[in-house]
Amino acid sequence: MAEPMNAAPTLEVRNLQTHFFTRGGVVKAVNDVSFSIARGKVLGLVGESGSGKTVTGFSIMKLVDPPGRIVGGSILFQGRDLATLSEEEMRHLRGNRIAMIFQDPMMTLNPVLRIDTQMIETVQAHEKVSDEDARARARDALGMVGIPSPDERLKSYPHQFSGGMRQRVAIAIALLHRPDLIVADEPTTALDVTIQGQILAEVQKLCATTGTAMLWITHDLSVVAGLADDIAVMYAGRVVEYGDVGEVLDKPLHPYTHGLIGSVPSRNKRGVPLRQIPGMTPSLLNLPEGCSFRARCPRAAEDCIVMPTLHPWLPDRLARCHHPHLEEVATA
Amino acid sequence: MSAVVGQGAPIEDPAKIKVETPFRRFCSEFAESKLALGGLIVISIIILVAILAPFISPQDPYDLAVLDIMDGRLEPGEKSGDGSITYWLGTDDQGRDMLSGIMYGLRISLTVGAGSAFIAVMIGASLGLAAAYAGGRTDSIIMRVVDLQLSFPSILVALMILAFLGKSVTNVIIAIVVVEWAYYARTVRGTALVERRREYIEAAECLALPRYRILFRHLLPNCLPPLIVIGTMQVARAIALEATLSFLGLGVPITEPSLGLLIANGYEYMLSGKYWISFYPGIALLVTIVAINLVGDQLRDVLNPRLQK
Amino acid sequence: MSVYLLRRLIQAGGVVLAMSIIVFIGVFAIGDPVEILISPDADQMERERAVAALGLDKPLWHQYLIFLGKAAQGDLGRSFVFNEPALELILQRMPATLELAFAATFGAILIGLPLGLYAGLRPNSVGSKAIMAGSILGFSLPTFWVGLMLIMVFAVQLGWLPSTGRGDTVEVLGTRWSFLTWNGLQHLAMPALNLALFKISLVIRLTRAGVRETMLMDYVKFARAKGLSPFRVTFVHVFKNILIPVVTVTGLEFGSTIAFSVVTESIFAWPGMGKLIIDSINVLDRPVIVAYLMIVVLMFITINLIVDLMYSVLDPRVRLESK
Repeated sequence: MAEPMNAAPTLEVRNLQTHFFTRGGVVKAVNDVSFSIARGKVLGLVGESGSGKTVTGFSIMKLVDPPGRIVGGSILFQGRDLATLSEEEMRHLRGNRIAMIFQDPMMTLNPVLRIDTQMIETVQAHEKVSDEDARARARDALGMVGIPSPDERLKSYPHQFSGGMRQRVAIAIALLHRPDLIVADEPTTALDVTIQGQILAEVQKLCATTGTAMLWITHDLSVVAGLADDIAVMYAGRVVEYGDVGEVLDKPLHPYTHGLIGSVPSRNKRGVPLRQIPGMTPSLLNLPEGCSFRARCPRAAEDCIVMPTLHPWLPDRLARCHHPHLEEVATA
Repeated sequence: MSAVVGQGAPIEDPAKIKVETPFRRFCSEFAESKLALGGLIVISIIILVAILAPFISPQDPYDLAVLDIMDGRLEPGEKSGDGSITYWLGTDDQGRDMLSGIMYGLRISLTVGAGSAFIAVMIGASLGLAAAYAGGRTDSIIMRVVDLQLSFPSILVALMILAFLGKSVTNVIIAIVVVEWAYYARTVRGTALVERRREYIEAAECLALPRYRILFRHLLPNCLPPLIVIGTMQVARAIALEATLSFLGLGVPITEPSLGLLIANGYEYMLSGKYWISFYPGIALLVTIVAINLVGDQLRDVLNPRLQK
Repeated sequence: MSVYLLRRLIQAGGVVLAMSIIVFIGVFAIGDPVEILISPDADQMERERAVAALGLDKPLWHQYLIFLGKAAQGDLGRSFVFNEPALELILQRMPATLELAFAATFGAILIGLPLGLYAGLRPNSVGSKAIMAGSILGFSLPTFWVGLMLIMVFAVQLGWLPSTGRGDTVEVLGTRWSFLTWNGLQHLAMPALNLALFKISLVIRLTRAGVRETMLMDYVKFARAKGLSPFRVTFVHVFKNILIPVVTVTGLEFGSTIAFSVVTESIFAWPGMGKLIIDSINVLDRPVIVAYLMIVVLMFITINLIVDLMYSVLDPRVRLESK
């Protein structure tokens, strides 16, 4: 699926840093995150809760609320650095060229506004369109995400929809302007497994046909395995491993990724006790010196006191580790 | 705990300094707000003035013999006709020294306010406890009455009572009690409902302690913090309500005026520019109410973090 | 919906009946109007005739039934003092009170909403802190004292506004209204502000709390993520949500506004029913007291009913549940 005509990626995040300046101190929620997503590709951003993946998503939207602030790095969207854009310029991109889908579909739609109001206002926020045309666009978008009898549903209020249906509405809103990039923050976590499967399949189809790049934020490795092209694993505000999704999940380089995959139950590991990662994620308020995973890492050594860089240990495979699992890659 | 040492023991006993009793922590947390501390000081002064009024006021405002009608409506700072006293806050139409009038008025306002609040606490807390502890029918009857009453504004309930009973100080107190008890009942019931499911009540019940003992020795003390908070606020409200009723002419008799009545008396003279008869009692009332509210606000923050928003 | 409405109506009827008993017993069982109305040197015959004329010689329950039957026909007795039907007396003065209460409610929303919105959107600015401090004062200051201060400043010192009365009125639909003339408006301004003071504070606090809570909601962030203008986010997505509690509370407060107008009317000599009730309590004019209390209770219950219905119109979720 490579597109040589369009070599520049849709989104390229470089050394992004987003900190929260709280009364207790500076919380470094995102502390050096880099990745890129090409047209029509899906990047899975994986990490535990508190690893900074959601803040990364909001940083790209530039919707980080005070006391949070982007303090460093660049967010290149089609070559423009979003970090330097004014709020007004950013507003014209949001919902238009970059759309976002939220985690909890029960909370993303305004309970006191009808669906048509919430869709039409999105269309009209970016294009001068008559009410009828906007309504037609909204109806088409609802049809596209598989909502039956969209004309009637447009007149409904959010509480008249189920969770899965609401998420479809939210996705339809995100698709209204055929964005170039969608930031999806765990959009299927709150849904039933069957609904989740349907939505994943539809999203994949849409990306492939429209050429929309997608950042899929999740803690669920199986979702990433089925959906994403590339994967970036985050730990304590940093990307610790980055590469092709199949290769990373098959032969993880970073001990954290290794542990993460080991702790997922699966059929062929039946009877084998699940491995756990010992210890807890460190407090982002005062991170330990050196590698943040050091305290929990089975391979940690004395040199881990120095923070490793995201190093290309293999072609197109990056890991932030002094002692990656290279031997397993060699033997495999 | 360090061993008991003689009186000459150094004050900087390290063991003593580290011990932080709940009361001490409460005090230090309360003192965090300078405003509230100021309020507390002001309240203390006001109470002192009210208690000591007969000794420190320049004149006995109730003794008609000492009043000289010739001294009526003098401006603040003027001297009496015979030059014996200076009216720092002026005089009213009877020639009464306003400063003395305010001191005595404070006495009545505080007595009526605090007294009725006290009675209301007694009634409200008991009924609230009973409702929470008995549950079932008792609870629903008591809470129905509370809900019904709280759905009507205080002034209307007070007017109703005074319309039924006629106007007098006792009836004003009754009216305030009737208005206020429901707040306490609701507050205590709410807390007690939570507390009575705690283990210590179960334990007390297992020991077959008498019911009144469980209610008043075990349950009530644990319902105190919110009660204190509401109580403080309601004393301010009671004082304001008494003043309002007296201002409307439905409260205390003209011979022993509270602050509200002093203000009402000065009202007609205010239109002709003689502001002080109404103004200074008003300031005294204002300072009292605001000071109590400041203290109450801080008490709420310290005692009940859940209420803090 | 109709079942819900019916249930609410029956409930309301029960409360009215209960209140009628309380009011009747309270007013008629305690205190003796004969003492007030009949001169002490009247002879026994005259007394008895007066007592019979007033219906005070019958047993209490009988008096109540008579009272109830007459009340159903709109007859709440004749004022002892004015010798006019009590209900008519109250109804004559009601428009003035309603006008004052509406002006106060309207003013409270007009002043309170923008201030609360500002305080909620910029919670840390100096302006917000001043607004919140002001609202604490508005809560704790006694209404009558503020009224006096208003008169002292605006009527006595500055001479900008008249201190008492309704001013020029215009007759519309059979009743006289002040707000239609400039002079009347001037008379209305101070009493309305005085009565509104408590409600302004309330609206400010409600609005501010609502804004702060709503701003944190996902749907507001989603609205921003859709690229909506800040104006639309604030005034459509946030505002419509906070309007529900604010409208509910100001609506429910309308009854207490009418009750508290007693104080304001006394200060500003506003010829409404509040002033009438104070005078009536002073002379123990029972029929007028009863009529006033019954009318206010009735208004209260009606207001609660209307607010409930409005609430369901504003909040689509409630509408569904009540169906």
